[in-house]
Amino acid sequence: MHNFDYHAPKTLDSALALLRDKEDGKIIAGGMTLLPTLKQRLAAPSDLVDLATLSELKGVRRDGDEIVIGAMTTHADVAANADVQSLIPGLAHLASVIGDPAVRHRGTIGGSVANADPAADYPAAVVALNATIVTNKREIAGDDFFVSLFETALERDEIITSVRFPIPERAGYEKFRHPASGYAVVGVMVAKFGDKVRVGVTGAAGSAFRATDFEAALEKSFTPDVLLGIAVSPDDLLSDIHCTNEYRAHLVNVMARRAIAAA
Amino acid sequence: MGQFGIGQPLRRKEDPRLLQGRGQYTDDVNVEGQFWGAFLRSPHAHADILSIDLEAARAAPGVKAVYTSADLDADGVPDMPCEVELADLAGAPMWKPMRPILARDRVRFVGECVALVVAQTQKQAREAAELIEIDWSPLPSVADAREALKAGAPILWPELGQNTPVHWQNKPSLEADAAMAGAAWRVDVNIINNRLVPAPMEPKAALASWNEQEGESLGKLTLWAPTQGGRKIQANLAKRYLRIAQDRMRVISLDVGGGFGMRGQTYPEYVALVWAAKQIGGAVKWRADRTETFFSDYHGRDQVNEAQMGLDEYGRIVALKIHTLVNLGAYMAENGPRMPIEGGGRIIPCCYHVPHFYFSVKPVFTNTVSTDTYRGAGRPEANFLMERLMDAAAEATGLTRDEVRRRNFITEFPYKTPMGYVIDSGEFARGMDEAMRMAEWDTFEDRRAEAYSRGYLRGIGVAAFIEAAGGRAPTEDMRVRAELDGTVTIFSGSHAHGQGHDTVFSQLLNEFLGVEPARVRLVQGDTDVTPKGSIGTFGSRSSMMGGAGIKASCEKLVAKGVKIAAHLMQSEPDAVTFSEGVFHAGGSEMSFTEVATAAWDATRIPEGMTPGLDEGHNFQREAENFPNGCHVCEVEIDPETGIAEIVRYVAVDDCGAVLNPLIVHGQVYGGVTQGLGQAMIEHALYDAEGQFVSATYMDYGMPRAHRMPFVEAGFNTVACRTNPLGVKGAGEAGACGAPPAFIGALVDALRDYGVTHMDMPATPEKIWRAIYGAQFDTQKSDGIYAEVT
Ligand SMILES: Cc1cc2nc3c(=O)[nH]c(=O)nc-3n(C[C@H](O)[C@H](O)[C@H](O)COP(=O)(O)OP(=O)(O)OC[C@H]3O[C@@H](n4cnc5c(N)ncnc54)[C@H](O)[C@@H]3O)c2cc1C
Repeated sequence: MHNFDYHAPKTLDSALALLRDKEDGKIIAGGMTLLPTLKQRLAAPSDLVDLATLSELKGVRRDGDEIVIGAMTTHADVAANADVQSLIPGLAHLASVIGDPAVRHRGTIGGSVANADPAADYPAAVVALNATIVTNKREIAGDDFFVSLFETALERDEIITSVRFPIPERAGYEKFRHPASGYAVVGVMVAKFGDKVRVGVTGAAGSAFRATDFEAALEKSFTPDVLLGIAVSPDDLLSDIHCTNEYRAHLVNVMARRAIAAA
Repeated sequence: MGQFGIGQPLRRKEDPRLLQGRGQYTDDVNVEGQFWGAFLRSPHAHADILSIDLEAARAAPGVKAVYTSADLDADGVPDMPCEVELADLAGAPMWKPMRPILARDRVRFVGECVALVVAQTQKQAREAAELIEIDWSPLPSVADAREALKAGAPILWPELGQNTPVHWQNKPSLEADAAMAGAAWRVDVNIINNRLVPAPMEPKAALASWNEQEGESLGKLTLWAPTQGGRKIQANLAKRYLRIAQDRMRVISLDVGGGFGMRGQTYPEYVALVWAAKQIGGAVKWRADRTETFFSDYHGRDQVNEAQMGLDEYGRIVALKIHTLVNLGAYMAENGPRMPIEGGGRIIPCCYHVPHFYFSVKPVFTNTVSTDTYRGAGRPEANFLMERLMDAAAEATGLTRDEVRRRNFITEFPYKTPMGYVIDSGEFARGMDEAMRMAEWDTFEDRRAEAYSRGYLRGIGVAAFIEAAGGRAPTEDMRVRAELDGTVTIFSGSHAHGQGHDTVFSQLLNEFLGVEPARVRLVQGDTDVTPKGSIGTFGSRSSMMGGAGIKASCEKLVAKGVKIAAHLMQSEPDAVTFSEGVFHAGGSEMSFTEVATAAWDATRIPEGMTPGLDEGHNFQREAENFPNGCHVCEVEIDPETGIAEIVRYVAVDDCGAVLNPLIVHGQVYGGVTQGLGQAMIEHALYDAEGQFVSATYMDYGMPRAHRMPFVEAGFNTVACRTNPLGVKGAGEAGACGAPPAFIGALVDALRDYGVTHMDMPATPEKIWRAIYGAQFDTQKSDGIYAEVT
């Protein structure tokens, strides 16, 4: 690990000021992604700005027909939250299957979303539930947030403060997990809002995407079996040492059907 | 005393200390004024070093010294040899390369040590290492053994001119060919035994310290490092590399976080660090990070086996021919080519009588880290191959899988194998029957049908296996000393790094001396303190070698104690008996502790006798022993995802006399877990450019507790006839039985899809491709796996 200066600002404004003023400042949330990168000396920020002390970024609340999750809320807290469990059980389930207990008790939703790992779980929910990413500057629609592999619409001095999830009628999440890392090889969230259906897929491609063919079929009949004949093209999907794109394409369909069954 | 003696399920004495974080590992040791070392490692699989510029590194803050091969060469430090001698049938010896401690002019695998930086802090050392500038000229590379034998493949050793240093054969193939030609059935099995990383929990670490205080004539080098018993490393470092008397080098291994066979070797890092400590006249510490652990610990397995077996009309084997490639890596590690030929050769062709056996092995150089001993060291590979052959034989002959095994099991002992080893005992069919009974084999078809009704595919597999334990070094040195306070100390040549010797050896002392386990102290892992003839622990040898040494030491103690007791109780030695910790003479008695205390008082012992109860024994074995067993595995496959879940697992072991069933079962669980890891998810994968692409725990699939089955463990005890305790090893059995039991079950589940074999790791994608295979190329996925939440 290279040397850096550590800051624990008391307010969001001072956090932003630090980010602006320091030569190469970086936010640290749970550190579950950032710390391994630093330890492997793959990144060498001059300053780390810790958001842990900003209590306004923590916690879950209901706001009308949305659930609002503070950026610094850990995966374990989301999984255990009574409102999330009763109003969007699929989201509570998603948070409960991220990594392992240690990761879930440190890692945060803000960090996960900002990092935009193609194999992370939350992006499926952001896309399927049409969530809004709230930052200190603006609100970004879920569909516009993930740009590509590890790349989001966030600007350098922009801090995610919360994520707003509309409460669906039903939603389910199913994940094919990589046993070494715990990440999603393929994860699919299916959400039903009245007669609209949104299907968010993570793990399969460079960034989370909507399976629009599935959505159209499910809007006619919200049952697993309507997806049986609908093949997913492997063309733009990831192929790596873990799984080929053909297998991922197949799994998108299987996971989607199981997510519907679980919804 | 029965409560603590042989055969009792005593809980591990060492656990409270280790589980409460009171263990002492190498990294916990520091000496005043120590420096830190960091190795610069090769990022290339194969490259020439055109030049090295050390100037910036040497000028970096805190840097004491920067060393390369030039410095070692200038001091005459020799390169590292492989200890194995082999020859081809014509008697031509195997060609052997030497490995430079730090790469000289050329690197041959990713992670090879190129330079050592010594600085005041670890961080300074690492940062300075990054400042070393090397002008590389990359060369073409090859990582796969089969690829390395193809025409035009990059050659690792131009002076050899090819990538195989010997073609070893047990004999010409003529007889086997003739017998094969007359066989009623012939089965072929071609398999890949996947490369694994040993992945100990504790990374390699070392602290090398030159102690000048004692003056030039007594000055001594100490190396703290996690070993499996440091005697051999001590001898190598002192005599070969430093050219000092052996006792001027001291090797201390405190607690060790996992051995698995990869801790016995004199790694180049140790040589460089010890040499550097002597150069600077101080201490140098080093701790590998996890990536270095992946890159530089010797790997295991990595064989390709092609075999053909012929059977007569009754399903009895008439001939077997095996062609094995073993991927050595770029250099030959200490034991490298020994794996198939001696490691596996000690048991091959395993539990079966094979009248005509032909065995050919080609070791192969590739641009990868060396392979060496890893839990089972050649025996898991041999057993996996034989069990795949037996399943293929069942398929071909129409006999059931147990019947074809039954017809071929060795039944008469002692049995001399085609490789010349003598198996003393075994009851293979009885072990298989017991495993099948425990696993409810005969009602399996009901369970298969029930699973099918739920949309799942079920399969069951059986694997008989045999192991060889206590081979190689034929001696071990143990010492037992009764202390004045009623405790007894064992100075142990064998070395525990997870095996529970403290517990088991205490049980032996309880059995032989009547001492309570709480009063037994185990001293190990310090070459200054353990007996000079100590060897260490590997190859499941400690129950036999260490155990028998303790038994003999105890017998000497008792014999002396009898004389002292007779003296004190005014009786004749002949009239004194010893049982359950008490010396009896007529109506009088004295406890072992009373006699032991008296023994150290020169005024209370017979005239001329040396005081003390302190006896050692260098045990020389008569023969190695042959643990064996049978595993049954039942799997259920989700055909949509290809995920295979183990729903039942039975392991029946013949490890001879059982000293502590809890410890044996613990060894079996661990071995089964490593075996299932190999079968299901582990794969040390190099890409075509020789980059090690699964070198993190985010990519390398370590088996997790929640995915491991509950193992129902049983015993099929047949006492070993060739050692005083009747024991057979237990450490490596699990890793031998699990891969074939799992793959056998998988193939059974997929039989309707025409599957006859699946290479390891059998990932969900491979399984899915086997099921939906027609539309895809099944060879395409070499990848790793996944599981559903
Ligand atoms: C072993 C392991 C297994 C894992 N398995 C999974 C898994 O199965 N599924 C999964 O989804 N994830 C998994 N993760 C990742 C985990 O969820 C991380 O917690 C998450 O990716 C990052 O969150 P963090 O709070 O730790 O962020 P950090 O590591 O602290 O930060 C990550 C990045 O986000 C930036 N950042 C953090 N907070 C904000 C913010 N509020 N606004 C703007 N930028 C911000 C940081 O600057 C940094 O670049 C795993 C991680 C590990 C170590």
